[in-house]
Amino acid sequence: MNQPKIVIEHLSVQYDDGTESLRDISLEIHANEITVLFGPAGGGKSTLLRALNRLNDLVDGVRLIGKIYLDGENILASGVDVVSLRRRVGMVFAQPIPLPMSLRQNVTYGLELAGVRHAGKLELAVEKSLRAAALWDEVKDRLDEPAVALSGGQQQRLCLARVIALEPEVVLLDEPTSGLDPISTAKVEVSLQEIKRDYTVVIVPHSVQQAARIADRAAFFLQGQLIEYGVGQDLFVAPKDQRTEDYVTGRFG
Amino acid sequence: MSRQLVQRLVFTVITLAAVATVMPIVLVVGYIGWQGLPAISWEFLSGLPRDGMRAGGIWPAIVGTVYLTLGTGLIAVPLGVAAAVYLAEYAKDNRLTRSIRIAIINLAGIPSVVYGLFGLGLFVLFLRFGTSIVAGCLTLSIMTLPVIISTAEEALRAVPQSFRVVSISLGGTKWQTVWRIVLPQALPGILTGVILGLERAAGETAPILFTAAAFFLPRLPGSPFDATMALPYHLFVISTQVPGMPIRIQYGTALVLLVFVLSMMLIATVIRSRARARRQW
Repeated sequence: MNQPKIVIEHLSVQYDDGTESLRDISLEIHANEITVLFGPAGGGKSTLLRALNRLNDLVDGVRLIGKIYLDGENILASGVDVVSLRRRVGMVFAQPIPLPMSLRQNVTYGLELAGVRHAGKLELAVEKSLRAAALWDEVKDRLDEPAVALSGGQQQRLCLARVIALEPEVVLLDEPTSGLDPISTAKVEVSLQEIKRDYTVVIVPHSVQQAARIADRAAFFLQGQLIEYGVGQDLFVAPKDQRTEDYVTGRFG
Repeated sequence: MSRQLVQRLVFTVITLAAVATVMPIVLVVGYIGWQGLPAISWEFLSGLPRDGMRAGGIWPAIVGTVYLTLGTGLIAVPLGVAAAVYLAEYAKDNRLTRSIRIAIINLAGIPSVVYGLFGLGLFVLFLRFGTSIVAGCLTLSIMTLPVIISTAEEALRAVPQSFRVVSISLGGTKWQTVWRIVLPQALPGILTGVILGLERAAGETAPILFTAAAFFLPRLPGSPFDATMALPYHLFVISTQVPGMPIRIQYGTALVLLVFVLSMMLIATVIRSRARARRQW
């Protein structure tokens, strides 16, 4: 097995008011795989996701303790260039949030922020990332329309394309299909299988079923703790921990 | 009394109340228009005052008001918008921020004549700008800033937080996010506030009374350090200080000032409604 892409060591996330949303998490995430973080609401999955690209920095009063190594570099260390970290670790949110501009501009936005001006390069990135997000055929003739004109499912795939355009190393997805119908959900899941060939994918799924469908590795979180972590279908077919079993068999949550 | 009767009575009363609030503006505009319109002529608009302002035109006063309004915009808009961006996007909730906010609120409550005296002390006398357009603009800017800052801050805060998070998550810096997403989205709201603030500046008499306005200056100002005539002050002068003044000219001047201010208001309204129709959130 090659080196893990991300190594999380003893990560705890605490708040100013004394509460804690993650306690002593250690986890390895591998490249070209889909790693699923699942469990009941309030378990700290989203917090962990947001720690991986330091999006928690935007919230006042959050303290991250421990270490997260991305290719061997601790991204929680002070002095880390957070802006370029976020270029390497992209994020798709639960609600599709198209920026108030055209489809095309949504895709090129991140590249332009990074200083890419070359029109041909931008053009190429638009097609490539929209294809990767399984959206190109539906929108190729209306790239200059406002992005809000798209359906919810298309918007979410646009958000995925927008992240892929940056050619990040890691793609984080926080319940990306929670607002989508089953057909749109299936399309997003298909494109996830595509993009994992090039990227590391970490996803908080919106259901256990989705977790089981797409997981190469799965981690079960309960009240801020990592209960169990396993390869492939192990966690869903033969969970070792009673709490995992109770959850995947639908006894709670 | 039956419930239906009460209902009808209440409805009548509140309708009358609503109509009553509209009456003054209709009466003011109607009366000024009625009395002032006969005075309006090409000579009145483009000529210099003659015979101790009892005849001729008000061109220097129109130009002076335009200069004062534009100059105030030049100073107050960058300063006010920058302050609003600081307050809405960067400021943490600490002592400094709170004292800035209190200062802005208090600034808005100061009577305009006090601004005038302050401008006289600071700009005219201490900084030796003399009675001049510059001193007037600076004084009007201080008066206008609270309006611009608070409307601009409100417009910035109305931009959904999620846009900021997305922009940051795509590798944007805070400033890139403000410059490329937040400011463009807030621009119509900011413009509305700017125009409303400048409109007030254009119509004020007291702040320019001691700082910029000339009693009678039958020529155009030649530099920013010249004094100038201005519509509100000119109206004050010809209404109270000049004996034997034809009433026609007073109402004509009032009408020009009113049209000037109302058209700024109209522009603000148009910008706002067009932006609202186009907004994607």
